[in-house]
Amino acid sequence: MTYTFDFSFLAEYWPQLLKGLVQTAQLSLLSIIFGFLLGTLLAIGRTAQSKLLRRICAIYVEAIRNTPLLVQMFMIYFGLASVGFKLSAEFCAVLAIVINVSSYTCEIMRAGIESVRKGQREASDCLGLTWLQSLFLVVLPPATERVYPALVSQFILIMLATSLVSQISAEELTSTAARIDSMTFRSFEIYTVVALIYIGLAFVFRLGFWALSRLVFPRLRRLGTPL
Amino acid sequence: MLTTFQMQALLTAAVWTAGLSLIAFVLGGAVGLLIAVMRVSANRVLRGIAFTYIQIVQGTPLLVMMMLAFFGLSILGFDLTPFAAASFAMVIYSSAYFGEIWRGGILAVPKTQWEAAECLALHPVQRFWLVIIPQGLRISTPPTVGFMVQIVKNTSLASVIGVAELTYTSKLINNSTFQPFIIFSVVAVLYFCMCYPLAWWSRKLEDKLNVAHR
Amino acid sequence: MSPIVKLNNVSKSFGSLHVLQGVSFDVAAGSVVAIIGRSGSGKSTALRCINGLEKINSGEITVCNHHLHHDVTRAQLRALHLDVGIVFQSYNLFPHLTVGQNIMLAPRWVRKQSKSEAHEHAAEVLRKVGLAEKFDAYPEQLSGGQQQRVAIARSLAMEPKLMLFDEVTSALDPELTGEVLKVMESLARDGMTMVLVTHEMAFAKGVADKIVFMHQGRVWEEGGGEMLSAPQTPELRQFVGNGL
Repeated sequence: MTYTFDFSFLAEYWPQLLKGLVQTAQLSLLSIIFGFLLGTLLAIGRTAQSKLLRRICAIYVEAIRNTPLLVQMFMIYFGLASVGFKLSAEFCAVLAIVINVSSYTCEIMRAGIESVRKGQREASDCLGLTWLQSLFLVVLPPATERVYPALVSQFILIMLATSLVSQISAEELTSTAARIDSMTFRSFEIYTVVALIYIGLAFVFRLGFWALSRLVFPRLRRLGTPL
Repeated sequence: MLTTFQMQALLTAAVWTAGLSLIAFVLGGAVGLLIAVMRVSANRVLRGIAFTYIQIVQGTPLLVMMMLAFFGLSILGFDLTPFAAASFAMVIYSSAYFGEIWRGGILAVPKTQWEAAECLALHPVQRFWLVIIPQGLRISTPPTVGFMVQIVKNTSLASVIGVAELTYTSKLINNSTFQPFIIFSVVAVLYFCMCYPLAWWSRKLEDKLNVAHR
Repeated sequence: MSPIVKLNNVSKSFGSLHVLQGVSFDVAAGSVVAIIGRSGSGKSTALRCINGLEKINSGEITVCNHHLHHDVTRAQLRALHLDVGIVFQSYNLFPHLTVGQNIMLAPRWVRKQSKSEAHEHAAEVLRKVGLAEKFDAYPEQLSGGQQQRVAIARSLAMEPKLMLFDEVTSALDPELTGEVLKVMESLARDGMTMVLVTHEMAFAKGVADKIVFMHQGRVWEEGGGEMLSAPQTPELRQFVGNGL
């Protein structure tokens, strides 16, 4: 092996990588927040009384979960442009990822909602709470707490999946890496550095979500036991 | 609409997608089993190595792994085709996830099983491979099949290093016809036809397992 | 005094299973009625029908001036739940909320009480069930008997006109049963109207003003506590005999 590694490009290009990192983090957080909200709504629809509503939500979820995110992204980015919607690559990226996360979040939240025993619903009905009140006060909080670890895993996967948006030329860490690569031809070194940045970011995200769980689940904070 | 030639190209590409998925499943599964066993082993060093491996792989985007495999292997002196590089990346990727899934299955086997095997005077290695592993793998069959859906979908990332699988081919066709909705819909349907049966099967297995455990 | 609960020829079936077949009985305001019977006799279903948790197929139930028939609306049920409290066999406390939060939830969101008002009231009902010091504990930190007392307090906080108890001690060890029964006894002394489904014959005999014995989806016998010592029907005689 005669190859010599050369990481000297870092000296010049680290500000760009840092910018890419921030863009990736922003893209991820935006997608996670909206994906979670939409996914929770879908999960409510998936567990609703109306059979039609349940069916529609199920079809949406199955269609999204069984096709690649990359293809979904192409369809939105190239497809919308072909019919005259000129949207930024960043917007299309967030849209595609939100749609994608929402279907996974839906299945996870549905499992959580179904894990709340029927008696809880009955008890809140008997206390006179409305359907909406019991959903938000009695059903969703423990449901979310119970499936939180699965949600976090999914969110980390989504953070990593934002790298795909480089394929529709949206700005973030991986597309930054590609640009530096085209100028320095230090492909292996650059992608190694970028991989390390992602690993670090995944770690930070895990830490952040852990801290968030202590913030939003007071029971967990006090007792530390799984619900 | 699509021409016959384009349709043929897509179907050929679908074979590459299926082939890449199969490699990722078989070889990734083999490495993944090793990782899972290391992960639950009594040896701290082995456990640590497997843990680190999983953390690194699960913290790196598959897209970046594809790039690393593509450029890295050639640095090491292997003159590899894009398909071989993509296979390599997919095997690494799937082995880490399989390792984690199967570790969960192994740990889910009740303690009493270990004790029962011990009382039958089985050797520790025998206890593990004859009693625990088979049960652990069975418990994890549904998520294993479920992960196969992820493998099939994620082979689409091989397109970035020029493997002529479904997504790459569809992009080529789109570049010449510029009918993105049609071409990507057809491709989505092709992926769906490969993934949905697996997803359905995984759910069936899960239901069956739940009934058995009740 | 006119009855606060009146069941008139109530029938209820689950598919082909006829659980209630023309059940009628009254509950006078301020009285305690115990429903007893074998499992599968329909006693729990009768109680759940009173609270609208199960919809009836025919007949009529009047509870605190609310009329329930087979096509009762959601709004009617909500109005009913403002007047009637229920305690379940499995407590059904909300696991993600503290004891205090469990109790304050409905008063705040349904009765629109202010936080301080609800807090004060919650502390008061908690004192009544002897658990004042557990205000900030989570359900899982309590014993079964304590959880059940919290469940009672949670219902009490809504100041119901009627309290239903669905086999509230069945899931408890004998030593924990006593503390729950003591709370129920004190409620009865305070004049709360109560309907309870129970296996505790001694308690039924001691506290209930009226006992309703159900068998095969029908009211088989009803009367005061003395009914248990002098059963009229062979079924009740057998039931009481087995119970000892």
